[in-house]
Amino acid sequence: MSLSHIQFVKLVLFVVCLIPATVLGWNFYHDQLGANPFEALTRESGEWTLRFLLATLLMTPLRGVLHQSWPLQLRRMLGLYSFFYACLHLLTYLWFDQFFDWQEITKDILKRPFITVGITAWILLLPLAVTSTNSMMRRLGRRWKHLHRSIYLIASLGVLHFLWMVKADLREPLIYAAILLILLGYRVTKWWQKRAFSIAARQ
Amino acid sequence: MLIKKPFAVKPSEITDRSVYMNRRKFMQTTSGFFLAGISSLVTAKTSEQQQGAGLAKLDYQATAAYSTDEEKTPYQHVTQYNNFYEFGTDKYSPAHEAQSLTTRPWSVTVEGEVAKPGTYTLEDILKPHALEERIYRLRCVERWSMVIPWIGFPLADLIKRFEPTSRAKYVEFTTLHRPEEMPGQKRRVLDWPYVEGLRMDEAMHPLTIMAVGLYGEVLPNQNGAPMRLVVPWKYGFKSIKSIVKIRFTEQQPVSAWTRTAPHEYGFYANVNPGVDHPRWSQARERRLGEFLKRKTLLFNGYADEVASLYTGMDLSKNY
Repeated sequence: MSLSHIQFVKLVLFVVCLIPATVLGWNFYHDQLGANPFEALTRESGEWTLRFLLATLLMTPLRGVLHQSWPLQLRRMLGLYSFFYACLHLLTYLWFDQFFDWQEITKDILKRPFITVGITAWILLLPLAVTSTNSMMRRLGRRWKHLHRSIYLIASLGVLHFLWMVKADLREPLIYAAILLILLGYRVTKWWQKRAFSIAARQ
Repeated sequence: MLIKKPFAVKPSEITDRSVYMNRRKFMQTTSGFFLAGISSLVTAKTSEQQQGAGLAKLDYQATAAYSTDEEKTPYQHVTQYNNFYEFGTDKYSPAHEAQSLTTRPWSVTVEGEVAKPGTYTLEDILKPHALEERIYRLRCVERWSMVIPWIGFPLADLIKRFEPTSRAKYVEFTTLHRPEEMPGQKRRVLDWPYVEGLRMDEAMHPLTIMAVGLYGEVLPNQNGAPMRLVVPWKYGFKSIKSIVKIRFTEQQPVSAWTRTAPHEYGFYANVNPGVDHPRWSQARERRLGEFLKRKTLLFNGYADEVASLYTGMDLSKNY
């Protein structure tokens, strides 16, 4: 059996994307996550969720800049890894922070804006993960594209979730916000260009 | 010289340094790299756990009446997991960034409503005070906690020496401002210098101490060397570090955190499971080293001693 070029790249990417989780797990097991390992797990898994969301959003601009199609072929995997890390992040909260006390969790979600925003982002990721298969893409047709545009909102909620949690030093969340702004800005610019072009064509 | 109370570590339990070094050498030369690596990790861990890091030892008395007998947080956690924004906002930066801080010579300016204002050298400040060990719980506003064996003396004894006037209703403390040695101060994360304050009766309370050491040794820089406040029934940020100024005032001081976020951090900052931080619950905490969370106690478990200071006050308004 031989792999095509893109299949090989995908396989490598699949393994690479597992590295952060593996390193975290290894360090946790070997007590290398510092004095507060549970807090470290939550924080790290959250940051990796954001990084994967931004990586997913990078693929479309990358295709535009490189004039190659391969970034789009990697987009789904990156998106699913965002969901994977988001699930880990949520799990650390439900387990190590709340110990599955559902009453407390409900109260927390309703009362704390940054938790509300975080859980909303996770819930919005669910339908995207479910409809990520080829058959779902075919079945939903045009609606698939509309549905998956919610990733813009999800990534924004993710960054807001981080910003809102920080005590005083906003530098790190603002870096994520700046990258997100560039990635979304690229799309807005493209959209404007297209609109201007179609208006010009009509006249 | 090392003068320790008998309950600490028996001299017989301390591995002689030459034995330890010999053993290390033996391990490294006879076994493979892998084996030696593992065993040196293990020895390093056990030999450091309940002792200091080899900083200067202090002479002190244990004060059992005020100390908890809960399990102490290991030295390396106490000295490597720090909130000291002057040296960076993450927990692990202060342990290495603070190494460049010069703590000698050190002087403290005393001003405001006192009969004896002036600038005192650290030696003058410390000279008349016998040091005591106080094993206190420390509860951070971020929902984690530690148990730390501080070495210090009652703040009340120090304050009396300056003879505050009847107009002294509050004490304000200021941390050193020296951006060239405190890299965190180069960014305006907080409105530097760090300021904290106590009401006079809080400052004079026997639980309130000035700490100059922990685990029997002088304070590591990242823990607020050379001298810091410890107020165990308040959130950790009230226990201001590396103090250079003590001012007695009639007006309530404005703390650095209150200035930054007045609706989140008030003047009192008493540990209270019933009064939430606007963004998170304060009902529970994680004691470092433990998996399950503990219930946070009113006044951090010091209610018997300090609750009377706040009778008649609405603690949810005076947070």
